[in-house]
Amino acid sequence: MAESPADLSAALLMTPVPTADWLVVLPPAWCILAGAVLLMLRKSLHLQAWLAVPALAILVVLDGLLLRHVLANGPVTMVMGRWLPPFGIAFTADLAGVLFALAGAVVALAGAVYALADIDGSARRYGFYPFLLLLMAGVSGAFLTGDVFNLYVWFEVLLIASFGLITLGSEPRQIDGAIKYAFLNLIATTLFLVTTGYLYGIFGTLNMADIAVKAAAGRDSLPLMTLATLYLLAFGMKAAAFPVNFWLPASYHTPRIVVAALFAGLLTKVGIYALLRTLIMLFPVEREELSFVIALAGTATMIVGALGALGNSDIRRVLGYVVISGIGVMLAGLSLGSPGGVGGAIFYALHSMVVMTALYMAAGLVGRLAGSFDLNRLGGLYGRSALFSALSLVLFFAASGLPPFSGFWPKVMVAKAALDIGAWWLVAAVFLTGFLVTIALGRVFALAYWRPAPEPLPATAIPASLLLPLAVLMALTVAFGLFPEALLSTIQAAAQGLSDPSAYIGSVFPGGT
Amino acid sequence: MMEFPFALLVGLFFAAAVYLMLSKFLVRVLLGVVLLGNGVNLLIFTNGRILREVPPIIPHGHDVPVALTANPLPQALILTAIVISFSFFAFLLVLVYRAYQDLGTDNGNEMRASEPENDPLPPTGY
Repeated sequence: MAESPADLSAALLMTPVPTADWLVVLPPAWCILAGAVLLMLRKSLHLQAWLAVPALAILVVLDGLLLRHVLANGPVTMVMGRWLPPFGIAFTADLAGVLFALAGAVVALAGAVYALADIDGSARRYGFYPFLLLLMAGVSGAFLTGDVFNLYVWFEVLLIASFGLITLGSEPRQIDGAIKYAFLNLIATTLFLVTTGYLYGIFGTLNMADIAVKAAAGRDSLPLMTLATLYLLAFGMKAAAFPVNFWLPASYHTPRIVVAALFAGLLTKVGIYALLRTLIMLFPVEREELSFVIALAGTATMIVGALGALGNSDIRRVLGYVVISGIGVMLAGLSLGSPGGVGGAIFYALHSMVVMTALYMAAGLVGRLAGSFDLNRLGGLYGRSALFSALSLVLFFAASGLPPFSGFWPKVMVAKAALDIGAWWLVAAVFLTGFLVTIALGRVFALAYWRPAPEPLPATAIPASLLLPLAVLMALTVAFGLFPEALLSTIQAAAQGLSDPSAYIGSVFPGGT
Repeated sequence: MMEFPFALLVGLFFAAAVYLMLSKFLVRVLLGVVLLGNGVNLLIFTNGRILREVPPIIPHGHDVPVALTANPLPQALILTAIVISFSFFAFLLVLVYRAYQDLGTDNGNEMRASEPENDPLPPTGY
């Protein structure tokens, strides 16, 4: 309208977005685009893999570039449709989000390569690769969005893609596992939506930076404890924290092994990320109030996971419980809330993404070589392939938290942060868990690898595409175990950015609020 | 003060949903999930505050609404949530039917295909 006098610059972005800032939305946008193309090419089964692997390699590059951009310039924000926050949906990439997104992309790339040999014709026909790309769209979006309702939408994107992946094959076991996985995860995301509805009712905004500002200003008069507690329950359920963890051991051993590997690497960590984002950045004071509850839940999660790992004979179920015990360590870090604790939680989550994916891949190779996942029947793998056994042993040590691998440093960080406030029992739980998981995984090695084979193993060849991702992920855990300094300083900066979100807020509201 | 009866209604939805989800039978659990989803939609609607019969339309020649209008944002949120919860309902319906076909039961207590009751313990020695 010609006569329009209003100053639109209060609500709309009037300048073009700098080219480098487009990187913020590219990871999810690229995944959706690639997923859509793969969906259209669903009949060309051979083409799919050769498109999906480069697409995910590009995703790794995009996340890597974004990390470089954020390291150089601090948090970066891009708004959708030129609507300025808090009106429009903002994507804000800060260090914590980008680190998670990059680790997720690496894991997904490794999974796609592993799937070249592991996912056969029928599972490809059911759309493994499109689902994988859409899963990554949800995961990347969840890590990079700066809007709570948008976070919910990405959760649902990754959830529906994961439903597609978990039912690939449609065996009765898978259907059974999928039922439990689907119902409980849907209830958890609905709880998340309930909380988000209340959050909107209280603040009148859904932008995280805006919420952080308004929560800090109106802490005394707003019912924030309710929100923090509900978020803890909803995201704790997504992260498989005790006592809402029972969907994980019921379902993670049923799908194709590469699907289980991707789930173990990605899904529970999205829950941990959301817990960090809400409880550390938005509601730090309320988290302080809840810290004893979170510490108790974390301790129980660690112990339950370790005992479950000791009590199961299917190695895939053992690994499912190892995932849970790792979640306990991250919750312990979250409960402390200090920079060391939060940094330890972030580090452990990144470590767990890489190592748990690799461990499931190793379990897949065990099943392929020995034809079984049952510790009562396995044996003789060391004689079959010494190289694979060595790779597995490193991963077992890394998952147990033994030095010099990447699981050691985050446990030290969490333990030190706990000692600083005199929470000796939390330290004891962390070390007891490490001890028990070492026994559980050491027993897997002793029985499945060292024990002579009950019957001679068939001479199955190990395809390079199965060994390569395993070796790369193992190399990552060794590298970050031996040379943790660079990653440590980045993670400390990420934890700092969550605890003190002024840079994040400044990036969303450049002109001040 | 239209919010109060709506809040009661949301509570009723949630209570019915929780009651249904506590059932052993998957179809009832599924209905509980659907009720929960609808309860949440109503909750978001109520949280946006209820103002009647004033559509959020800006008159010609103005840049901002002239009077207090209904809040359009909760409706956008609910629309998103409806689409999502409906698609999940459709998926779960198929999954439950498939489970009934393959596992021969819709009783959650009898679904032990992925976690058999007599799973052997790991060996204690070589």
